[in-house]
Amino acid sequence: MWTLIEQIFPYAIMFTVPLLITALGGLFSERSGVVNIGLDGLMIFGAFACAFSVAKLQPIMDNNILAIWLGLAIAMLVGILVSLLHAFAAVTLNADQVISGTAINLMAAAVTVYLARQITGSGNINIPEPFTPSNVKFLSDIPIIGDLFFTRAYPTTLLVIVILLLSAYALNKTAFGLRLKACGENPHAAEAAGVSVRKMRYIGVMISGAYSALGGAVMMVTYSGQFTGTVAGLGFLALAALIFGQWRPFGVLAATLFFGFATTVANVSQVIPQFQVIPPIFLKIFPYVVTLIALVLFSKSSRAPKAAGEPYDPSGR
Amino acid sequence: MEYVVEMRNIRKEFPGVVANDNISLTLKKGEIHALLGENGAGKSTLMSILFGMYQPDSGSIYVRGKEVKISNPNVANELGIGMVHQHFKLVENFTVTQNIILGLEPKKGLHIDIESAAKRIEDLSKKYGLNVDPYAKIENISVGMQQRVEIIKTLYRNADILIFDEPTAVLTPMEIEELMEIMRNLVKEGKSIILITHKLKEIKAVADRCTVIRRGKTIGTVNVDEVSEEKLAEMMVGRHVSFKVEKEESKPGKTILKMENVSVRNKKKVLGLKNFDLEIRGGEIVGIAGVDGNGQTEIVEAITGLTKVEEGHIYLNDEDITHIPISERIKKGVAHIPEDRQKRGLVLDYTIGENMVLETYYKEPFSKRGLLNKKAILEYAEKIIENFDVRSGEGAHSKARGLSGGNQQKAIIGREIELNPDLLIAVQPTRGLDVGSIEYIHKRLVEHRDKGKAVLLISLELDEVLQLSDRIVVVNNGERVGELIAAETNENEVGLMMAGIGKEEKA
Amino acid sequence: MRRVIVSLIAVLFGIIAGAILMAVTGNSPIEGFSYLFQGGLKTIDRIGNTLATATPLIFTGLSVAFAFRTGMFNIGTPGQMLIGGLFATAIGLTVDIAKPLLLLLMIVAGFVGGALWAFIPGLLKAKFNVHEVVSTIMMNWVAYWTVYYVVPGYFKGEYLETESKKLPADSTLRSEFLSDLFNGSYINNGFILAIITTIIIAFIINKTTLGYQLKAVGFNKHAAEYAGMKVNRNIILSLLIAGGLSGLAGVAQYAGNADVMQIGIMPSQGFDGIAVALLGANAPFGVFFAAIFFGMLYAGTGFMSAMTDIPPEIANTIIAIIIYFAATSILIERMINWFIRGKKRKKEKLAGSKEGEQ
Repeated sequence: MWTLIEQIFPYAIMFTVPLLITALGGLFSERSGVVNIGLDGLMIFGAFACAFSVAKLQPIMDNNILAIWLGLAIAMLVGILVSLLHAFAAVTLNADQVISGTAINLMAAAVTVYLARQITGSGNINIPEPFTPSNVKFLSDIPIIGDLFFTRAYPTTLLVIVILLLSAYALNKTAFGLRLKACGENPHAAEAAGVSVRKMRYIGVMISGAYSALGGAVMMVTYSGQFTGTVAGLGFLALAALIFGQWRPFGVLAATLFFGFATTVANVSQVIPQFQVIPPIFLKIFPYVVTLIALVLFSKSSRAPKAAGEPYDPSGR
Repeated sequence: MEYVVEMRNIRKEFPGVVANDNISLTLKKGEIHALLGENGAGKSTLMSILFGMYQPDSGSIYVRGKEVKISNPNVANELGIGMVHQHFKLVENFTVTQNIILGLEPKKGLHIDIESAAKRIEDLSKKYGLNVDPYAKIENISVGMQQRVEIIKTLYRNADILIFDEPTAVLTPMEIEELMEIMRNLVKEGKSIILITHKLKEIKAVADRCTVIRRGKTIGTVNVDEVSEEKLAEMMVGRHVSFKVEKEESKPGKTILKMENVSVRNKKKVLGLKNFDLEIRGGEIVGIAGVDGNGQTEIVEAITGLTKVEEGHIYLNDEDITHIPISERIKKGVAHIPEDRQKRGLVLDYTIGENMVLETYYKEPFSKRGLLNKKAILEYAEKIIENFDVRSGEGAHSKARGLSGGNQQKAIIGREIELNPDLLIAVQPTRGLDVGSIEYIHKRLVEHRDKGKAVLLISLELDEVLQLSDRIVVVNNGERVGELIAAETNENEVGLMMAGIGKEEKA
Repeated sequence: MRRVIVSLIAVLFGIIAGAILMAVTGNSPIEGFSYLFQGGLKTIDRIGNTLATATPLIFTGLSVAFAFRTGMFNIGTPGQMLIGGLFATAIGLTVDIAKPLLLLLMIVAGFVGGALWAFIPGLLKAKFNVHEVVSTIMMNWVAYWTVYYVVPGYFKGEYLETESKKLPADSTLRSEFLSDLFNGSYINNGFILAIITTIIIAFIINKTTLGYQLKAVGFNKHAAEYAGMKVNRNIILSLLIAGGLSGLAGVAQYAGNADVMQIGIMPSQGFDGIAVALLGANAPFGVFFAAIFFGMLYAGTGFMSAMTDIPPEIANTIIAIIIYFAATSILIERMINWFIRGKKRKKEKLAGSKEGEQ
C-alpha cells in the first residue's frame, strides 16, 4: 500500500500543478467579477507559446534550463495579451462573458495549430529538453515527507506553490485584495468608494491570463513534452475545481489535489493490480462524476462572488 | 454670507431626458437643507453630481467659496463631502470595518492595518451615538445599523458636508426618530446636511430650509417654518394636491379570503410569518401596515403560492387552496400586482401583447390546441392599453422594456384587473410613480372593490394605507399585531403598532 | 434587420482577419480564399459536400440556439452528439427490420440519446441551480470516455480497433438519389432531415404555446413562476429538446456523412454549433444559413490545403474570430450608429447652412 502511494504521489502532484495554477487564475478573474470560461484556451495559448519559444531557443542557447524558464515567462506574457481580448469584450463592451470566453477557446485551438503547422507541418511541436524530474538534495532524504514531496519533483512545482502563497496573501491581507473582492461582490459599492471597477476587472482577467498560460506551459515542460493543440480539457476541469474549492485559494488547492489524484489513479490503473478490478471506464469518468456531485452539494451554500458574470452598469442603482 | 456649498445653473442631460435643467442650490454651514421633489424630479442626479459620480454638462460648483471640479467620489471626499446612499453601497460578506475602509485602507507594511481602523471606527461610533460593531458582517446586522455604517463611512473620511438620500424609506418610525436625533447631533458638531426626500412631515420636523425641484427645474427655496405641508406639496407637484382618496363607504359582502394560523418560512429559513390570521370580504379593501420585512412578503407569497405554507390554512371562497399550484389559484380568482414589476410582473423582452396573456395564454381564445392566436392576443392587449391609459411607442407591439415605470405598472394593473379576480392583491402598487399615475391607480383599485370584490393592499407608504383601506391589519416581526378601522385611526396609532407597541391580545 | 447586418459585418471582419493571418504567415490571401470558396462551391458535387458538411452544424446550431432562447447555454453539444450517434449506431448494427422503419428508429434513438444526455444538466439546473456550463462540460467528457470504451467493447470495427463496425449502407441516411443529383457528393437524407427540423423548430418557437412558455421562462423565470408556469419542468424540457437536436447531429454525422464512429474524438461540430447559433442570431433560419456558410468554409478547406501551403485550421480560426466579433457585436452596433449619426449631421449642416443664407 505504502509503495503504491509513494509511486502515485509524484504523478499526482505533477498533474495537479498546472490545474492548480490555472484554477487560481480563474479565481482572480471571477472574484473581480468576470467569469472566464476561456481558461482552457488560455492554457493552449500558453502551451503553444512555451513550446514554440523553447523549441526555438534551446538549439541556440547553451543553457537548456534557462531556455525553459524563458519559455515560461514568454508564455505568461502571451497569456496576458490574449486575455486582454476577453477583458475588452467583457469589461469595456459589457458583452456576454460566457460567449466571449468560448470565443477564446475556439480561437486557441485554431490559431495555435495553424501557426504550429507553419513551423513543423504536423502541427505538433516537440520540446527538445523538458524538465526532468529529480530528487531535491537533502530534502528528499527526509523520511516520509521527503519521499512524497521531494522525489521526482519539478522546479515548477515550487514556483506554483510560491505563487499560491503570494496570491492568498494578496487576496486576504492587502488593500488590493479587498478592492478586487469588492468588485466581484458589489461593484457599485466599490465604485462609490473610489475604486475603479473597470481597472480592477482588467487586472483580474490579466492575472487569469498569465496564470492559465503558465499552467499550459508547465504542462509542456513537465509531463507532456509536446504541443498537440489541446490540453485535454484541463482548463474546464480547473473551472470545476474553482467551484469545488469555493473560490478560495486553499479550497482550490484541495480540489485540484483531489482531481490530480483521481486522474492519476485512472491513468495508472492498468499497471497497478489493485485497481484492475474496476472497469477502466469508471476510473476515467470518476473525476467528472465527482465534480457533478460536488456541484450539487455546494449549490445551496455556494460562495460564488455575487456580481460575477453580470456586466457592470454604472448608471444602474 | 458665505455658503458652504453653492451649485449654480447646473445642467445634466441623459439620452432622452434633461435630468437637471439650470438648477441652483445653496447650503449654509450648520443647516439641514431639504431637497424636495417627486420621484424622477432630478434630486438624486443633482446630488450625484455633487458627490462626483456624474459630471454636469454645464454650470459651476463652489465649496466654501472656491470653485471646484468634482470629477469622482475621491475628490468629493477630499473636499469633505460625503454621501449616505439610499441603496446602501455595502459588500454583504465584508465586515463593517472592511466596508468603511474600502478605498482608504490604512496600511502596516504590505497588509491592511485592520486593528487601528476598527479602533477609529469605534471612537467615531461613540462620539456621534451611532452604536455599530466594527467586526460584524453586514449580512448579519439590521437595516438601521447598516445605514449607520454608511454614515460612519462619511465621518471616517472627515466629511463636513453630508448628503442623505431618502434615508427613511427603510426605517421603522422609531428608527426615524433616532436618525433625526443623529442629524441634530451632527449639526451641533459643525456639520452641514442636505436631506433628499419626498416626505413632507420629515422636512417639517428637522429641516431649516427647503429647495423644491420639479421635472429638473428649481421651483424655489423656502424657510421651512414659513410654509405649510400643503404649500410644499403644491410646489412639488405643480397643482393643488388632494391627499384624500374619493371613496364611498364599503359595503362588505361574504368572506372571500380567509387565512387561519398561517406560518411561512422566509429566505433565511426562519419563520417570516407566524400564526397569521386574516379575513377579507368582498367589497372591502384591507391594508397591511408594517415596516418593510416584517412578514408582508410572506403573506403575499403564501396566498399566491410562491412559497410553501408550513402550518395553517388558506381558504378562497371557502375552498382550501393552501397547497394547490400557482396556476390553479389564478384560475380560481387570485390576481397579484407584484412588488417588483420588472422582476415578477413582466417579461421585459416580450411585447406588451405577449405580456398581457402571461397567465392566460393557454386558454381560448388566445390559443387553441397548442397554437397561439396572435390576433386575439393583440385585440385583448389593445383593449387593456386603452382602458388603462398605457402609453407606449407602438401600442401592443412595443417591447415592455421600453415603457416608463408608470406605464409598465398600469399595464400590469390592467392585466390583473381584467382577469376580474375575486381577490386582487396589490403590493406597493404606486411605488416610484408620479402623482397623476398614483391617483389613477387608486381610483381603479377602489373601482374593483365597488364591484364587490376583495382587495388586499400592501404598502410601505402609511398614508396610502390609511387613505385607501377600509380596515388595516398591522404586522410586526411576522406576527399579526392588531386591526384598526382606517377611518377611525391615525398615523400615530398605526405607527406605534408597527413598532410592536400596543399588541392586540389574542382571544 | 439590424441583427442581420451585424452578423454580416462580423463575418466580414472574420474574413479580413483570416486574410491578415494568411498574409502574415507568408501566403497569399487572395489565392487562399479563392481556393477556399472554389473548394466549397465550384462544382455541383462540391456544393453537395458543403451541404452535407453543414448538416450536423445545422442540428448543433439549432440545439444551442434553442437552449439560448430559453435562457440556457448548452455547451454539451459534443457529448449529446456522441451519445445520439452511439444510440443510432447501436440500433443500426443490431436491429434487423425494413429500411424506412429502421431509419426512423435510428433517428428517434439518436434524439433520445441526446435528450437523455442533456437531462442530467437540466435536472441539476432546475433543482439545484447548478450552472449548465460546467455540468454540460462534465457530461461531454463522460460521453467521450463512454464511447471510448463502449464502441470497442460491443461494436468493434473489423479492421480498426479505434472504430466502430461499419454500418451497412441500408442502415444509413445515404441516398443514391441525392448523391446522383449532386454528381457523386456524399450529401444524404440528413440534409432533408435538417431542413424539416429547422422548420419544425421555427414553428415551435414562434407559433406555439410551448414556445411561448419556454421563451418566457428563458427571459425571466421569476415572472414565469409568478404567472403560474412550471419553471423547473420547462427548464428540463428545454434542455431535453436541445439535447435531442444535438443527438440528431450525431445521427446525421455518424449514420449519414460517415458510417462509422471513431473513438477518442470530441466532435468539433459540437462547439461549432455555438458559433453557428451566435452568427444566426439564435433564429432557426439564421442558424440554417450560418451553418451552410460554415459548411462551405470547412468543405473548401480540403481543396485549399491541396493547392496551397495554408494549414486547414484557417477555417476554424476564421470561425473563432467571427464569433468574437459576433459576441462583441455591440462594438459593431456602435460603429453603425456613429456612421448613421455622421450622415445625419451632414444633412443637418446642409439644411442649416441653407437656412442661414436666407
